[in-house]
Parts: sequence; C-alpha cells; structure tokens
Amino acid sequence: MSIDFISPEFDVSRNESRCIKCRICVRECANGVHIFDEKRGILISDETKCVNCQRCVSFCPTRALKIIKNPNGLKSNANWCSDSVNEIFKQSSSGGVLLSSMGNPKKYPVYFDRILINASQVTNPPIDPLREPMETKVFLGKKSDVIERDSDGKIKCSTEPQIELSMPIMFSAMSYGSISYNAHAALARAATELGILYNTGEGGLHEDFYVYGKNTIVQVASGRFGVHEDYLEAGCAIEIKMGQGAKPGIGGHLPGAKIVGDVAKTRMIAEGSDAISPAPHHDIYSIEDLRQLVFSLKEATNYKKPVIVKVAAVHNIAAIASGIARSGADIIAIDGFRGGTGAAPTRIRDNVGIPIELAIASVDQHLRNEGIRNNISLVAGGSIRSSADVVKAIALGADAVYVASAALIAMGCHLCRNCQSGKCNWGIATQRAELVSRLDVEVAKTRLVNLMTAWRHEIMEMMGGMGINSIEALKGNRLMLRGIGMTEKELEILGISHAGE
Amino acid sequence: MSKGVHYRMGKLCDNGRLFVFMKDALMKREGEVRIPSGCAIAAVISRKKENIPGSLIIKAMGPMHDRSNGLGGGFAGYGIYPEYKDFYAMHLFFDNRDSRKACEVFIKEYFEIVKSEVIPTRKIPSITDEPIIWRYFLHPLMSMMLSLQLDEKSFVARAVMKINTELDGAYVFSSGKNMGTFKAVGYPEDVGLFYRLEEYEGYSWTAHGRYPTNTPGWWGGAHPFSLLDYSVVHNGEISSYDANRRFIEMYGYKCNLQTDTEVITYILDYLIRVKGLTLNEAANVIAAPFWSTINGEKDRRESEIHAYLRKTFPSLLITGPFSIVLGFEGGIMALNDRLKLRSMVVGEMRDRVYIASEEASIRAMDDSAKEIWAPAGGQPVIVRVEDERA
Amino acid sequence: MTIDAADLDYRCINEEIRKVDGKCIITSCLGQRFIASGMSNIDIEIEGIPGNALGSYLNGGTITVHGNAQDAVGDTMNDGKIVVHGNIGDAAGYAMRGGRIYIKGDAGYRAGIHMKEYQEKVPLMIIGGSAGSFLGEYQSGGVIIVLNLNSRRQKSVGFFPCTGMHGGKVFLRSRCEDVVFPPQVIRRSATDEDRNELRSYLEEYCDLFSLDLEEILFSEFTVVTPDSKNPYRRMYVAN
Repeated sequence: MSIDFISPEFDVSRNESRCIKCRICVRECANGVHIFDEKRGILISDETKCVNCQRCVSFCPTRALKIIKNPNGLKSNANWCSDSVNEIFKQSSSGGVLLSSMGNPKKYPVYFDRILINASQVTNPPIDPLREPMETKVFLGKKSDVIERDSDGKIKCSTEPQIELSMPIMFSAMSYGSISYNAHAALARAATELGILYNTGEGGLHEDFYVYGKNTIVQVASGRFGVHEDYLEAGCAIEIKMGQGAKPGIGGHLPGAKIVGDVAKTRMIAEGSDAISPAPHHDIYSIEDLRQLVFSLKEATNYKKPVIVKVAAVHNIAAIASGIARSGADIIAIDGFRGGTGAAPTRIRDNVGIPIELAIASVDQHLRNEGIRNNISLVAGGSIRSSADVVKAIALGADAVYVASAALIAMGCHLCRNCQSGKCNWGIATQRAELVSRLDVEVAKTRLVNLMTAWRHEIMEMMGGMGINSIEALKGNRLMLRGIGMTEKELEILGISHAGE
Repeated sequence: MSKGVHYRMGKLCDNGRLFVFMKDALMKREGEVRIPSGCAIAAVISRKKENIPGSLIIKAMGPMHDRSNGLGGGFAGYGIYPEYKDFYAMHLFFDNRDSRKACEVFIKEYFEIVKSEVIPTRKIPSITDEPIIWRYFLHPLMSMMLSLQLDEKSFVARAVMKINTELDGAYVFSSGKNMGTFKAVGYPEDVGLFYRLEEYEGYSWTAHGRYPTNTPGWWGGAHPFSLLDYSVVHNGEISSYDANRRFIEMYGYKCNLQTDTEVITYILDYLIRVKGLTLNEAANVIAAPFWSTINGEKDRRESEIHAYLRKTFPSLLITGPFSIVLGFEGGIMALNDRLKLRSMVVGEMRDRVYIASEEASIRAMDDSAKEIWAPAGGQPVIVRVEDERA
Repeated sequence: MTIDAADLDYRCINEEIRKVDGKCIITSCLGQRFIASGMSNIDIEIEGIPGNALGSYLNGGTITVHGNAQDAVGDTMNDGKIVVHGNIGDAAGYAMRGGRIYIKGDAGYRAGIHMKEYQEKVPLMIIGGSAGSFLGEYQSGGVIIVLNLNSRRQKSVGFFPCTGMHGGKVFLRSRCEDVVFPPQVIRRSATDEDRNELRSYLEEYCDLFSLDLEEILFSEFTVVTPDSKNPYRRMYVAN
C-alpha cells in the first residue's frame, strides 16, 4: 500500500454460519465488492469498492450480510476529521476536483426541524380530514390583475396559463441520462396517476414519454439538449433552468461514455460526445435577457404554456426572485442548498447557497413588499423530506414544492451518494441495461404513488388540525408556525414567532 | 378588564405613546397581539328605508348576553346622519388632548372639517376608562386628491390607514357617509346605553357582542370594524387569518388590530370597491364552493365563474368558522363559512329583515317575525333597500 | 403581403405572420423581438432592424433581413434558413441544431455557441465578414465558416475561438497565424477534400450574395476540429 491508501469506509460483515453461498451478492453488486473464490469455494469481499448502497444486504436471502462502518480510523480530531484528511489524500494523489452526488450531507441547521405547526383548540374547530371535505388542489401561474366583464356584466373567465395540481407537490428535474429510462417512466406514470407533474430535466424527452405530456414539465437549460418545437409543445409547462441548489453557478457535464443509444437520440447529440451544460445561458447575461428568453419561449408556444424559472437559493435570492417576477415568468422555482444532484463538485455542494426555508421566507415577503406576489407562483425544493416539510414550506409562503430525492428513495435509492459512478445497483442513476432492468417500472410507479398518497393524507391531517380545509388558506399562513431554539434574527427572517409567544 | 392595568394606562399614556408603556408593563394591547374571540351578532334592515330607532337593535343583544363576556360590544347604524349625508362621518378615539390636537392638524391637511364635536355619551357604572371620543364631518380637499391621483374613496381610505398606523394615540373607528359605528369595552347592551343609541334612527343596524380570550387593552378592538361605509360584525375565529392578512396588506391595507373582522372588512372593500366584484361574487371568493361542488354544477357558466374566482383570488378564501353581517350603503349581506360552523338565522316581517346568531335575538326585536330560516354555508343573504341599486 | 410594423409589437407581428401563412414582407421593423419564433413554412423579408431572438426555435422556411440584425438570431433553431444582408449581433445561432444562418457582414461575440448536430441534422453558419471573440464556444456539432471578406476588423476572428469545442468543424478563410486556439483542438490547412466540402456549403451562399465561389475557394483556409486524443482533461476525482 502507499500514502494514498485510504482505509475503506465500510466493512462487509458476512455471517458465515448463515451464508449459503448462493452468490446473489456477487451478481447484485456492480461495484465488484463480492467475489466467489472458486478454488476455496468461499465468498470474499473487496471493501475498497463498497459504497454502502445496501443492495447486497437487501437481497441476501439469509440476512447474512451487514455493511458496517469500518472501525479502523484516524486518531480522532474534532478539527481534522477523517473526511478532511481523506479528501486531501485523494486530491494530492490525483490533482482532481472532488466530485460528489446527492444533497449536502454536512451538519448545517435544518430549519424545518426547528419549526412547529399549530393546531386548533376550543376557539375554532379542528376538521376531520377523513370525513369532511379537505382540498389540496393548487393552481400555479399568474393571477388576473383586472377582472374583465362582457357587455352583460358577466365575468370573462380567461386566465393566464395555469398548472393544475391535485396536491402541492411535483417531481423535480432529473434528466434522462442522469437517471435511467425506467426511473423516468415510473416518474411519468406516477405523476399522471396522481394528477401532478414530473420534470424532464435538461436531457430532452424520450419519444416514449410524449404520451404523458399533460403531466410533464419540459426543461430548457443552458445546453439546450433536445430542445425543439415538438419538445416545447409536448409538456404542459416549460422550465428555464438557471441554477440548481446542489451546484449554484456551476454547469453540468455528462461524459460521452453515458451518451449512448437513446440518451444520445433524446439529447439530439452524437453518441459518445460529451454533453456540456455551460454554467450560464449564453443568451442571458443580465435580467433583461431572461425576459427575452421567457418571451421567446412564450412566442414559440403561442402563450399557452406557463414558464417556470428555476434558480438556486443564493444570498441575494429575494432581489433575484423579484427580478424574475418582473421578467414575465409565471412561476419561480427555488432550489435550496440541500438539493440533490447526479454529480457536483463537493466544495460547491457543501459550501454554496442558502437553506430553502430562509429563501422561501425572504422571497415570499419581498414579493409581498413589492406588491407582486400575485404575479408569480413560488415552488420550493431542496430536500423536502416529509409531508411536514411540505406543510411548513407552504405556510412559509410557497405555492407548491418540488421533490426529487424523496422520489428516488421511494424507488429504491439508499442514498449511497455515488450517482456519478454510473453503477447504481438500484437501476436508477445508471444507463447500464442490466442495472436499469432491475428497476421494475410498475413497482417503482406504485411506490411513488403510495408515497405521495400517504403524504397527501398527512398534509390533510395537519391542515385539519389547524382548522384549514383548503390548501389556499395555508399558503403564507405563518401564524400557524412557531420557531424553537432559534435566534431573533432567524425568527425575523422566517417571519414567525417563537414557540410560547 | 383589570382596573390596575387601566390605571397604569391612564397615567402613562399622557405623551400619546401608550403602547410603549404597555410593553413595559408586559401587557400587550390588541394589535400587538392577536386575540381570538367568540361572539354574538345581530342586524335589522328596513327595505322601505324606514327609520328604526337604535333602541331596537340594543334589545336584540339581551337574549345573547352569554355569548359576550363584557370585553367588547358595538353597533353600526346606516342613515343616521341625514343632515350631513354628503360628508364623511369620521369617529375617532383619542388617548388624550394632545393626540386629538395633533390628529386635527393632520385631518386639516386632507379635509375640510364641516363640523366637529364630542360624541354624546352617558356615564354608566359598567363602562369606564373611556378614551376621548369625537366625530368629524369631512369633505376631502380636491387639491390633495388631485395631487395624490386618487379617487375620493381611496383617498379617504388612505387617510384612515395613515391615522391608524402613524398617529400615536388616535384611532379612526368609523369613516363612512351617513353611517356610524359605536363601540366600547363592555357588554353590548351597556355600550348601546353609553352611546345613547336610542337617540339615533337609521334604516339598518348591525350589532356585536364580543367574547375575546384576553383583555383587548383598549376600545379599538371592539366590533363592528368599519372602513368607508363598509362595516363588518363577525362571529368565529378564522384559520386562514395570516394567509388573508399577508395577501391584503400588499394592497395598501394595514391590519393594525390583528382581528378577523378587520381583515374581512379589508377583503370585502378590496373585492367590491377596488376589484369591482358584486356582493355575490365576493361571497364566492371568501366562502368559495368546494371544487367538487364547482365541478358538479349543472350551470356551466356558473361553474366556470366559480372556478375563475377561486383561481384568481386563492389567498382570499376564508377558512374556519365565521358568520358575518356586512353593512353597506343601502343594504346588508349575511354570510356563513362554507362548512357553516357558526349559527345564523334570518327572519322577516313586512319590509323588515332580521339576522342574528340566535332566533331569540330576532324574537326580541319582533316577536311576530316570520319565516325564520338558516342560510346554508357559503350562501349569501343580500338585502337591499328598495330604491337602491348598488 | 406587406406588414407595416411601425405600430405593431412583436406579438401582433407574429399574429399577422400566422394570418398570411408566413408569406410576407415586414416593413419599418424596429427592434421587435422573437419574429417568426417557432414557426415553419415561412418566407419572410424584413426591412428595418429586427429585434433580438429573430427566428428563435425556427422550424423551417426562410427569413431574409435587408440590413443588420441584433442579438441571439436563430437561438435554438431547428431547421430553415436565416439570411442577413448586413452584420449580426452576439450569440447568433446559440444551440442551433439544424438549418442555416447566412450573414453577409460581421458577426458579434459567441457566434455559433454550443451548436450541435445529430445524425442528418447538421447546422451551418456562414459569416461573410469576420467573427467576434468566442466563436464556436462549446461547439459540439455543425459547421461554422468565416470568410473574412470586406471586414472592417483586422482579424478573421477575435480572441478565444473554439473554447470548449468538442464536436463539429470550423473553417476560417485565413492562415490564422495570429490566432491562438485552445490545446484541445486541431488546426490545419484545408485539403482538397475540405475544399470540396466547402464548395457544397458555399454554393448557395455565393448565389445569394453574388459572390465568386471559385475566387473564394482559391484562398487559404484553416480548418479547426476537436482533438479526440486530447480531450478536456479529466478534472474530477470521486469523493
């Protein structure tokens, strides 16, 4: 071994008395951790390759396997923690920029966990969500400013283009290429069954999924992959991706090795060529240029589709959002710094951006101060982990939320955070046919539908407790929230009182 | 209300900065804190626009005594100032003489004062610690209106917001034409006596008895709440309050009292006066039918309009229990929340229509009232005087 | 059919274009954006100055501009032809994946940025004058030709041409002795084979602008393509 040897993060623990040498673990591990030693007739492990995706553990028929944290480690040091040291080893041997996947795992405050929800007692009644009407339907888009009437004085009912959702949740952008065909199919089918939307991400739309267009948001990112007239027409809304919570200010790069077959066809680029998304849109160097892109998309689709502008939550997000609201966009999607990704430079993922809770609160309040909150809907994403997070996000001021990590977990993701390797054993973040086929579309779709149905019931239960029977009355209803263990400043930004006040 | 607290207020508010001292006393007055309340409401209107004495509406509140707790009562009467009907009748509470003087300076910048006087009251043992109570009959100064580029009503509304938000120790609690609101901390029957309502006559009256959970600290929090000629009495605690408040505050309203009644009044003013909705349409915004009801409506045009109103004003949907009576020039509208979580009944006799939280209250006004019925949740009851077509 | 654009905003102009099935002359154009955005089967002539994003998402047909055009011409265009009898602003043909843009004069910064191709769809941009900096940045497919005729500029192309280029081809009518290319591309002089390829691209262009094809072809051309053996170095290490 050498200086660069990093003791594996995990130990593979195999209970020999249970192991029946069925070799399922060998077959299931695309990383090549488990090896059958023919000569000795035993199973051995190469822990250096283990990413702790739990695939082998989940499929071992005798529960003989455990992946445990390797007790071997550096001398403990509260400053130089082993991650910091190992990252230096990696960089000093390779000269490379550290690359990671999924959301920021660092110990930053999670404000959702410091917010408590209200319930009615005596002065007004809670509502039973099982037996009484309880509405979660949401419309996203600009609200009419002027009520127009015909010559008989009847209201003219035309509105700006709207998105209708049965519940205030959408699946956020994950491109075909970063995730598999089967994962996309499951998302598209689940969104359709649920009456919500999924998002193509920036990799174009596979021809098989045009049938789910009514429940599809098509994304236009700086790489403009797969963007053409049919694509723009295919979805029910168009999203301009300006940034992503996991990597604000950073573009994307899907290596040529992943641009194969249908991925190349869908992105409309040659097989094997790198798919590069530049950091900026090169036709947007200023806010008035955003207006140009928004309206060029509206012109191209004859003003029938709402345009979403997605940005990462960064320091000046309130002013940025206000600029977007004045750009003609119908919806702004803000992605917090805990948002997931298929690959992002570690330093960016872990150090750039701000928490989504603070972003929602400051954007919603700023738009109200400017008197333009009604011009635009607000969608919040970046680690919405449960229905309680959804309720808190909406009470802070969001119209709806985006979820992606939760959807991946529903489909089988175990958050091993190695999407960039392309060897996802769960068939999600991979293009290898033999791995993709592991993700059963029907099963994955059902699990997504189950998760969202369960969340919807929980949202209704929490709303009922508050005495609210329509989600509209929850939006921006910050009186329903209290903070716990927060500073005056944090409470001020969130616009809520402390528990007990 | 605790005498001790009031004593401190009385002593310390001389410089007009009452609430600072209240904070020092660790006691927040209404407006700094949101106080939930239960209530009793009642209303009467004469379709033929005949005069009804204020004593009648006081009677209505007697049988509902237990729905109040002595911490708030009030009335609004329409058609009560016929000799000054062309002027805005502004009723104000002042903490002291200085705040009144300062406020009058402000008023004179915006209005011509046609008449100003103390509102006559009578001393009764159950109503104490009253502020200074005045009324002004005002005419907006055309030059100011032009320079602010506002129509007359927006001009008056803005002046009211300015006084209530910016002038310490002064509070406008009534600002319509030929109508007036009278309110106080106390039981409604006592409040009626205090203001000598038997000396007024009007074609419609609304009344309110309040059951707040804590002491409001001052009289502004009592109901009705009014702006211009709209007045609202309301029963129930709404769950959508902050969603509604944060929305309406975008449009120049300032919810100083943090009460449901205040926000409901502003919502109705915004929908009806600013956005030009009819009463019916406004009712369909705040007590919108459920989506399942809208989708099932046979009249496609109706269904389309209901859907449109919900899509256009989602943040003005009011959830949670409420029954309200909106008074306006030439009529009243009663409305229950869409689940009908509060009681409200309507009765009629000849040209009169009576509305109250309890039938007994209607009977107290007119024991021969007929056709007592309870409107459904979300179904507005609109009564107009005959020669009005608003 | 003539559309007088003097008092029309872009939405109205596009509605008028749709009314006449895309066959028209637009006069007195002054800065209206998004003309013919997303349209196909059109034949439009424009007098005056069309606004930004002319022919964005264009799907077929021809747009002819009798003068200069502004920024983002042919943004994300898919098919069709845009002919400009003058100069053109920045970011022309951004992410175009098909069709042709013919410019008689000069192009601004970032012409042909992120052009791409897939199978038979190969976009073509010909710049008669010179090109600004960052020509063909991030180019991943398609063909860009700079003829360097009658340009007021000294050089055929500005700074940092072909930065991030990873596909497609650029022809520059110049020896490019004073041009610095990034290390990830290969530059070479045009061969006979290249000239034959050039001829096929230039025929229509020379016809349109009454230029002598043979005389142009007779000049020195530099060809730039990505260097597949020297791609952008792997910059990342898994963490």
